[in-house]
Parts: sequence; structure tokens; C-alpha cells
Amino acid sequence: MDEPVLPERPRLAPGVRLHFDKTRNAWVLLCPEKVIEAEGPANEILRRCDGTRTTADIIDELAAVFSADRAVIAQDVTDMLTELAHKRLLVG
Amino acid sequence: MNAPAPLGLLAELTHRCPLACPYCSNPLKLEDRADELDTTGWADVFRQAVAMGVLQVHLSGGEPASRRDLIEITRAASDAGLYTNLITSAIGLDADRLGRLKTAGLDHVQVSIQDTDPTGSDRIAGYDGAHGRKLAFAEAVTGLGMALTINAVIHRANIDHLTTLVDLAASLGAGRVEIAHAQYYGWALRNRDALMPTRAQIDRAMQELDRLQARYAGRLAIDSVLPDYYARRPKPCMGGWGRRSLNITPSGLVLPCHAAQTIPGLAFWSVRDRSLADIWTHSPAFEAFRGTAWMKEPCRSCEFRELDFGGCRCQALAIAGDAAATDPSCDLSPLHGRIQALAQQAAAEQATEYAYRGRPMRTGVAPIVS
Repeated sequence: MDEPVLPERPRLAPGVRLHFDKTRNAWVLLCPEKVIEAEGPANEILRRCDGTRTTADIIDELAAVFSADRAVIAQDVTDMLTELAHKRLLVG
Repeated sequence: MNAPAPLGLLAELTHRCPLACPYCSNPLKLEDRADELDTTGWADVFRQAVAMGVLQVHLSGGEPASRRDLIEITRAASDAGLYTNLITSAIGLDADRLGRLKTAGLDHVQVSIQDTDPTGSDRIAGYDGAHGRKLAFAEAVTGLGMALTINAVIHRANIDHLTTLVDLAASLGAGRVEIAHAQYYGWALRNRDALMPTRAQIDRAMQELDRLQARYAGRLAIDSVLPDYYARRPKPCMGGWGRRSLNITPSGLVLPCHAAQTIPGLAFWSVRDRSLADIWTHSPAFEAFRGTAWMKEPCRSCEFRELDFGGCRCQALAIAGDAAATDPSCDLSPLHGRIQALAQQAAAEQATEYAYRGRPMRTGVAPIVS
């Protein structure tokens, strides 16, 4: 089995967009035939997946935004990006 | 009960289609072209849908490309703020029209394939040359850098080809593939004896799917619609009746699901007469099975009632004769043995002739066409 590799400079895959849902007053990730909630930290991570930042850059910025321990943030960011890459919603 | 805001809209732009697949999800009685909503009508529907909270529209049919105004309709959906998904057979589309759809704001394309080899595929579709055109169009989609899903309805004739099928989707550059076991309503119900796989085929297919999901993890998302007749628990059909999604027919009737018209006695309202919000909230068809108050036992007191919503109302009607019964695909249904027996009987028939959707039958049975 191939383990999905974390993209070097992650960006949203074609057909995936971050969208503010005015009805529910919440950020969502619009995907092919799927909608995923993207509030709070998820939103902070996803809005930085622009193909220019590395995963390390994203972790640094999140640690600053949430004034949190970098090791904890690194785990959360890596877990989320890996899961999205696994679902092919993130490429890089 | 209060109606939650819907997320998804299936827009059946037309029931016309060059293909004639024997499992088509359109009703047995197809709507006429003359009754179809026009471009302005659809644009108005999309704006109303967005105001209600709908995020995604699935432009479907029939074959949506049979509409000459498909590009204008797509632009109207995109301008309204919707994520636009085109569900197509690919017949009637080429790279040029695709480019204009992309410019109009199309987000995602789903192309159906019938099988892996041209002869078998074209026989299922009832259309010579379809398979080759589908592959060429799918390559055009990824060639433009657009997101592609390959959808395959699975049944007796192609269920043994899952690996080849997923390999084909991957070679076309798809990011996602849907392995959709046939759902037996309408045309598929009529063709059940020719479509139903055997238990042994299903068991092999489920194991094959597990292996494929592991092999393609991170490269290709493989989603599946499970085979109801061989299931233990029912699917949470539509994510709950009148809870997440709505379906609009070519003429503007608003349905809780594409097969809802098989349920006798439900009154469907039209966007020609009322606002979409009024229909979603108040129409008798949506209120009939919304929430859990309509449920009978064993659903009413079941711990899964908010998870699977009692399964599928149309299947309950088709097998139990009562749309408010527990979906017999659930092993808690007293009729679970009946659906299993029906599956075995249908699979044992080994029928090979299809009643093609919308076409006169050659076997002497009267055709049902609009």
C-alpha cells in the first residue's frame, strides 16, 4: 500500500474551494460532491494552502496565530493535511 | 417540524438523453422537452436556492448537454454563487464546449462510464461508440486542469471488472471515482433480473474495493454506493428526507429525491407556482417523511433512527408496499428475508435482455415512453 505523501507546498486540488457560507455564517470547504466544515483552526490552515507556503511555513504561522506550542500545532497541521491529501482534496 | 437549510440541489435540466442505460435514475414516465424550464427559469431557481443556503448544484439530466443553453445555465448557477457540478454521459460535449463551460464557472465534471471495454460498455448504454467518446472527453477535462470524477453504476455485467475500471479512471486523470452499485427503482427495478449480481460477486467486489482503496490512497478517492439488497444496514438515503438535498425535474417539480414520484399519494409542488423556500418548508411531499415522527416500529425506537433515517422510502415502498415502513435492506426489518430472497431470485434468473430506458422493447412488452 502506498502511504500518501504530504505535499511539499500544499494547495487545494482542482474542484476544491474554501467558501464562506452566509446562511450558516461559517467557512466550508466545497469539494466534488461534498461539503466539509472548515471553521476555526481548519480555516486558518486551509487558507494558507496556496501552493507557495511549505507545510513548515504553515505550522510556523499557526503557532504564531494561536500562540501555541509548535510541536502540538505541527501534529495537528500534519494530521489534517495528511487526511485531506489522502482524500485527494489537497495536492502539491 | 422545522426544515433545516438544504445544502445540495440536483437540477435535472432535461430527461432527454442519447443513451438508454437500463438502470437510469429518471422516472419511467419521462418529461417532454416542451415542458422544460427555460434558462431564465433555472437562473431564478439558482438564486432562490442560494438564498435558502444551497451550496452545490449538480447539473444533471437525462443528458444536460442535450440543452442548447447549458453554458448559460452553468453561468447562471455560478453567478448565483453555487459550486457547479456537471453530471454527464459526455455525449454532446467536446473540448470546445468544455472550455466554454469552464469559463462560465464550472467547478467539477462527473463522467459516467458503463464498463471497461467498448463493446460491453456500448451495449449497456445502448449507443454505439459511446465509450470511446467518453474516454476522449474525460481526457479533455483533465487536460484543462479541471476536477474529474468517473462514475460507474455497478451490476452483474461489470461487477467483476472493478480493478480494471478503477485503473481506467486513474489513467484518465480522475481525482475521484464512484463505484455505485445499482439502486433498484424505476428503470433498474424493471431490469432487476438482468442487473442483480450474485452474493458471491458482491462479496468478491467488496474485498476488491478494500484493496483498491488501500492501493490508491492519496492518488484517487474511491467512494462507493453499497448494494442495498445485500446490505445489513440501510443507507441514510439523501442524508434524510427533506434534510440536506432537493431535486428539481425538467419541468420544475420539486422532489425530495429523484425516485420520490414512485410513491403514490405524494403531492409535488412546482417552482412555476410557488417559491422554492415555500416548497422546501411546506410542501406535503417534503413534510411526509421529514424528521422521525412518521416512523413506525422498529425504526421509531431504534438507536440508529437519526443516523440512517430508516433507510430509503422508495425502497420501503418497492419491497414492503409501504413507504413508511423500515427499509427492508435493514436486518431489523421483518421483511429483511424478503429482500435477500428477491436478490437471490433475480440473480438466479440470469436474464440478459435489457429494457432500455426510453426505448421500445424488442421483447414484445409495451414500451413506456413519454
